[in-house]
Amino acid sequence: MRAWLRQHRQALALALRKIAAQRSAALLNALVIGVALALPAGGYALLANLVAVAERIAYEPQLSLYLRPQAPRAEALALGARLKSDRRVREARFVPREAALAKLRATESLAEVLAALGENPLPDAYVIHAGGSDPGALNALAAELRALPGVAHVQVDSGWARRFAALAAVARIGIGLLATLLAVGLIAVTFNTIRLQILTQRAEIEVSRLIGATDAFIRRPLYYLGIVQGLAGGILALAILWGCLEALDVGVRALAATYGSEFGLSYLRPADALAVVSFSSLLGWLGAYLSVSKYLREIDLK
Amino acid sequence: MISFSSVCKRYPGGQEALRDISFSVEQGEFAFVAGHSGAGKSTLLKLIPAIERPTSGTVLVGGQNVAALRRTALPYLRRNLGLVFQDQKLLYDRTVYDNVMLPLAFSDHAPKEAARRARAALDKVGLLARERANPIQLSGGEQQRLAIARAVVNRPAVLIADEPTANLDAESASGILAIFTAFHQVGVTLLIATHDEAMIGRFARRVVRLAGGKLAAS
Repeated sequence: MRAWLRQHRQALALALRKIAAQRSAALLNALVIGVALALPAGGYALLANLVAVAERIAYEPQLSLYLRPQAPRAEALALGARLKSDRRVREARFVPREAALAKLRATESLAEVLAALGENPLPDAYVIHAGGSDPGALNALAAELRALPGVAHVQVDSGWARRFAALAAVARIGIGLLATLLAVGLIAVTFNTIRLQILTQRAEIEVSRLIGATDAFIRRPLYYLGIVQGLAGGILALAILWGCLEALDVGVRALAATYGSEFGLSYLRPADALAVVSFSSLLGWLGAYLSVSKYLREIDLK
Repeated sequence: MISFSSVCKRYPGGQEALRDISFSVEQGEFAFVAGHSGAGKSTLLKLIPAIERPTSGTVLVGGQNVAALRRTALPYLRRNLGLVFQDQKLLYDRTVYDNVMLPLAFSDHAPKEAARRARAALDKVGLLARERANPIQLSGGEQQRLAIARAVVNRPAVLIADEPTANLDAESASGILAIFTAFHQVGVTLLIATHDEAMIGRFARRVVRLAGGKLAAS
């Protein structure tokens, strides 16, 4: 176990020394990885912010319930009592037909039309705010209310929320595709770095083989090189993302202030930041693994 | 210690480098492998650490048939053999000291012990004072001694050298041979390939002689 640890420490130290020997090249590589990863990570962060905003300001699923026209007022009030006793209903606001008509009359272009009708064509109505935001439960509640006596029509106003959810899903797929494409690119970057490293170290690798180095000994530092490069890229990506979000935040806060809101962009959650760094390290390892497998075999065949 | 029996080696392309070679070298023996260039000396030496594999026949090292060893077992075989290559294979991107440290890195010594061994090996070949130099700054004889230091740093039981005195002046060459003699005296088995008949003449040692890939005398 101690020997194993020492071997790994040794390999890591060797990889770090190689990086230190080629600082500028290593920095450029890390920068490429960082910028490439910052794109999907940034997209994800912005989307997470947007979803948070949408949930906070708008997602109040609402039902409009219309009674039969000319239904007696007592029936309407009984229905109101029934609604208020339902636990799924957070709030049920009664809109008497007179009030609805008055509101319509206030609209100039409609006033004449309404006057021509003579009689109030509008039914009594309830505007209902449901407790939860689950579309399924909302639809079930609507169906139940539709079956109540005296109810003519129930309308679920969750269209906007559904559309937003669909849009967010599309954005998520887009970000996923972008991340996948860039991940392939990052594997290629590491693959090439390790290939160059193997070519540079060719003499050392050949001699080491001849005098008793195991494959694991030769491969290990190269793996660490890939991992460290990926890790550095991931950390740079987080830094770039942080800088960009800070810059954007100034504008977003100013915009939110005009709406009387104190909303500001929030950074990636710690778990997400950790995922970015682990993911980039994993990609670094994978690129190194593929490169080492290919080029060490080539040296072998010579 | 090392035993060849009916060994043939044919390279891809049909060139037959060794034909029906059988001989053995006992533990603690000092033997030359002699012959002209192209007689098969290098090929014969490369079969021992399984750098090349025989086309037929067996090569036993310490009772183990190295021709049949799996690839993953080779490093452990090679660690027990000290190899001095014809082209030396020194690494010019690091110091003399780091060249000698190379085999110690993968044979799992504690850092202090490794440093001690590296200096002891450099001391034995008289290069301790040059440990911070780059191999490129060394003379031909010194480079050869460095190659020997790297070969013996793991204290192998067998030392195999391919033309260690080629391209060296007489003085440097006898310096190298004095080093080999010293290793022989502490019990190391030596197998040295050379085409230098004058040198073989000066030492009354066993000679395995090759001619055209065949054993001419042993």
